[in-house]
Amino acid sequence: MKVPLKWLKEYVDINLPPAEIARRLTMAGTEVSLQSLGGESWRGVVIGEIVAVEVHPNADRLRLVTVNLGVEEQTVVCGAPNLTAGDKIAFASVGTELIDGYSGKKAILKPAKIRGVTSCGMVCSEKELGISDSHEGIMVLPPEAPPGKPLADFLAEIVLDLEVTPNRPDLLSVIGVAREVAALTNQPLTLPEVEYEEPGSPIEEQVSVTIVDPDLCPRYCASLINGIKIGESPEWLKQRLLACGMRPINNIVDATNYVMLEYGQPLHGFDFDRIKGGKISVRRATKDEAIVTLDDAERKLDSNTLVIADSERVVAIAGVMGGANSEVSERTTSILLESANFNPASIHYTSHGLRLVSEASIRFERSIRPELTEPALKRATQLIIELAGGEAAKGIIDVYPGKKEQKKIRLRAGEVERLLGVKFSTEQIKDTLISLGFKAEKTTGEAEFIITSPYWRSDISIEADLVEEVARVIGYDAIPMTMLSSSLPQQDPEPMLDFKKEVKQVLAGYGFQEIIGYSLTSREVLEKALACTPLEPPPIRLSNTMTVDQEYLRTSLRGNLLTALATNLRHEEGAIRLFELGRIYLPRNNDLPEEPEYLCGIMSSEIEKAWPNQPQYLDFFSVKGVVESLLAKPGVSAGFKESNDSGMYPGRQAAVVVDKDELGVVGELNPKVAEAFDISQPVYLFEIDLSKLLPHTIGYKLYKPIARFPAVMRDIALVVDAKVTHRQVLEIIKGFPLVEKITLFDVYTGKQVPAGKKSLAYRISFQSKEHTLTDKEVDKVQQQILDKLADKLGAVLRA
Amino acid sequence: MSLLEQIGKLKEEALGELAEASGAKEIEAWRIRYLGKKSRLNDILRGLSNLLLDERKEVGAGANRLKAELEKSLSQKEQALSRKQIESAGEEYLDVSLPGRSLPVGRLHPVTQVIDEMSQIFISMGFQALEGPEVEWDYYNFEALNIPKEHPARDTMATLWVDYETDGGDRPMLLRTHTSPMQIRVMEKAQPPLRVVVPGKVYRYEATDATHIPMFFQIEGFAIDKNITMADLKGTLYEFSRRFFGRDRKVRFRCDYFPFVEPGVEMAIECAVCKGSGCRLCSNSGWIEILGAGMVHPKVLERVNIDPEVYSGFAFGMGIERIPMLRYGIDDIRLFYGSDLRFLRQF
Repeated sequence: MKVPLKWLKEYVDINLPPAEIARRLTMAGTEVSLQSLGGESWRGVVIGEIVAVEVHPNADRLRLVTVNLGVEEQTVVCGAPNLTAGDKIAFASVGTELIDGYSGKKAILKPAKIRGVTSCGMVCSEKELGISDSHEGIMVLPPEAPPGKPLADFLAEIVLDLEVTPNRPDLLSVIGVAREVAALTNQPLTLPEVEYEEPGSPIEEQVSVTIVDPDLCPRYCASLINGIKIGESPEWLKQRLLACGMRPINNIVDATNYVMLEYGQPLHGFDFDRIKGGKISVRRATKDEAIVTLDDAERKLDSNTLVIADSERVVAIAGVMGGANSEVSERTTSILLESANFNPASIHYTSHGLRLVSEASIRFERSIRPELTEPALKRATQLIIELAGGEAAKGIIDVYPGKKEQKKIRLRAGEVERLLGVKFSTEQIKDTLISLGFKAEKTTGEAEFIITSPYWRSDISIEADLVEEVARVIGYDAIPMTMLSSSLPQQDPEPMLDFKKEVKQVLAGYGFQEIIGYSLTSREVLEKALACTPLEPPPIRLSNTMTVDQEYLRTSLRGNLLTALATNLRHEEGAIRLFELGRIYLPRNNDLPEEPEYLCGIMSSEIEKAWPNQPQYLDFFSVKGVVESLLAKPGVSAGFKESNDSGMYPGRQAAVVVDKDELGVVGELNPKVAEAFDISQPVYLFEIDLSKLLPHTIGYKLYKPIARFPAVMRDIALVVDAKVTHRQVLEIIKGFPLVEKITLFDVYTGKQVPAGKKSLAYRISFQSKEHTLTDKEVDKVQQQILDKLADKLGAVLRA
Repeated sequence: MSLLEQIGKLKEEALGELAEASGAKEIEAWRIRYLGKKSRLNDILRGLSNLLLDERKEVGAGANRLKAELEKSLSQKEQALSRKQIESAGEEYLDVSLPGRSLPVGRLHPVTQVIDEMSQIFISMGFQALEGPEVEWDYYNFEALNIPKEHPARDTMATLWVDYETDGGDRPMLLRTHTSPMQIRVMEKAQPPLRVVVPGKVYRYEATDATHIPMFFQIEGFAIDKNITMADLKGTLYEFSRRFFGRDRKVRFRCDYFPFVEPGVEMAIECAVCKGSGCRLCSNSGWIEILGAGMVHPKVLERVNIDPEVYSGFAFGMGIERIPMLRYGIDDIRLFYGSDLRFLRQF
């Protein structure tokens, strides 16, 4: 909401600097920025008159515009469609600072050569001048604007730009802001006096209004003015509308817009001659009805939409936009002026359903009060008579089925203190509320009031609302700062949070960079990453998405990591290690999805070329080692078994198994998948379901005493069939007494062993809890081990 | 020459030579000559079994004494040599500017770091960190937070809806637009006193540009008990700011509107660039908005069966990305989720 300071001053004395007014409003709940229309920011902008418009010789869409600037003429290139000779416009010469219409950033205007024609200067849009966001066409000034004069002299204003929160529709009006300023600066408020003659015949004889659906229309007021003359509005009115960011149209529309800005009540003027039967009916639309709105778009209506209809057809979408069929035009002589109140939820529904947001719908959907309709109607009627002549019919129509008593709320001074933590005197509380227009009656209770809110405050319904009113006007700075002093709550720790933190820190310690990717992805990326169609489980789809890249919730982290790897490989030489820890989203029947925490890491196999490190080639065991070490940290020992994940290299992957739970996969990425992400080198990947892993990490193991007797080391090298696994050997050796630790230190195939065989070399550590082992004891167990290995696996001791 | 005499001579010879020896090579040669497998001393020791008992005892003792003496001298000589080497090491040339054998360095994402830092401050004030679902019911995200259907506040949080019909479409599912649904989820299950912080991802239906992305992080916090006041809200959040942004940073509390709190509060900190005098970063206001907060709305408490006449509390919600953006001067929010190592490695 833009409020020109000059306008505001008509209702409240302002004897503080504008910046202080802005600050007080901001602190009290409505953020205000000061805009200075004109003055410094329009230095170099002058009023011009368009003398000629020609088509650019080299571009159909561009125009060559000759502008009279008082003392000289200039011809510039312009792309705007709305240029007519005779129009008064704002002309910026080279060197002026303007707001770029596309980027919104400030820029100094430079001479430009556009399709072969040099252009020294520019005809400005409202956006370029910082007046509004409109950049569709250039800003056309009123005809009396004098060419050659600085624009600032003609149009300068200080404007308060308010960011009005949804609870305060009353501040979407100049009078509303004046009330707020009056309360915040302790100044009296002066409201316009409305008086006009009603020489016409009684309105009831000419118009009838029926509210068919009073649940959606609590009140409908209307006046009728016959014999008006449509024309342009006077300069002061146009300037005010422009300063508020609205475009002047004609005296009738401008008058309704002006009163909407002044009172906050949207009004609509119908061409009364086009209202069939002089009958207005406020009702829900029927299923097949449609209307062409003022913006020339055909709108299909449904039975939830409230409309204004005459005896034959729909003439407006209630509270949203009027219809073209009853629009005020140059030929209009009679105006039926509507000032009504509509159900906020219904207007919100309709405006959003039709994607049609108007100044009217914004106010109605925020719940303005029915009490406002009558004063606003009378003010607008008066203004129309002033601007367009004509005679008002006697009286007004006022159908008011939704009349309600203003709610009374009990306010206890004790409650103010309980919520704010500071004690204000009952006088201070009362005076503050009265300054805002509330009525306060004393009750029999000590320090207690019955408060009636003013009709324009639709947002006040409970005691806490009043507490806020008191606090925000006195100022939040008056509330002290204290630390919580209540008893400390019990806590039930959420182990996942600590676990995630630990996993992230361990991986960072291993040289992995954490990334965070979007949870939203495309079906294509998921299919590429998992090499799987159709996806199982199917990803959850969003029903409204900005782009197809973000249409689904991810069921895997792999896509993010592979995309990240591919992106970084374009500029990185060394090894890349990345991980992401985040949720995936798995559908559940008739319930919210499951959101397990997943961990995925990747390593690219590029060689580190820097001295003095040895080049490191990665293989399956590099990535398996990461997982083993990671799991060893919380004391989990994982098993690995062959797996067949379609996204992974067949035969170079393993499932990660902990206590029979399959928790993930580790290995080399399927080269087809890498290729699909434009990665041409081997990629190693691990993926673990942390939600499933977590329970395995909880709980404490009993301490194991440190051995008091020395260990005896023995090295054995075994020759076995190539297909015998390390795990098989391990399981056998582990089963013998005194064996404390087994370390595999060499795996060999080649000339030294027969074809089809391999050699596995182990260091076995023997230890007893009771005594120092003798060679004899160890020899005996070692022989038993070798015998069993020979028996079960055909292992031969290597010479 | 008797064996004993030989031993004596051997001793003289060996110790004499050892004294002369100067380098590691010479010493090793000496060790082989006098203590090695083929040394004269070893020959004598091996030949002991061929001697008569008396002689064997005498010679054996002598030979072993000599062996021990030679070994001792050798070790002394070696120690002396190594000391000498260390003393003269300063004369060796080592280019210490050559790079070391590096270990790979991994880092946590800047957003993770900031969330940890913030959570830690609140945890130290008795808050407990919890997490909640990102895919939510309309009920928790809006209805229960006093934002019914067709409430204009819904327009300020453009919502991504899930294409999934539950209960025949009566229970709309969405991606949470803020972390506030956890206020309801926690209070449904637990009674006051409560102090909770909830970090997590939130989503909005927004086109991506330098200041908007469809997914970002928030941290929610709330405290509910008897006699919790707005003074406590101000004190707690000021304490957070003091620890996080530094004790000299000014803080401003102003009235603001959120449907699930009353009174509503916005907290801003003084703009670090202009020190409050107004600049581009703070759009000339001198202040940077940090979080929205307020006293939990009585209707919200009533809905979870907490009596607002007995209990009160405050809640706050803060966007995360803004904080590292201000701290490190990052001007494009998309960098956080673009996974470019040239960016991520800087934190």
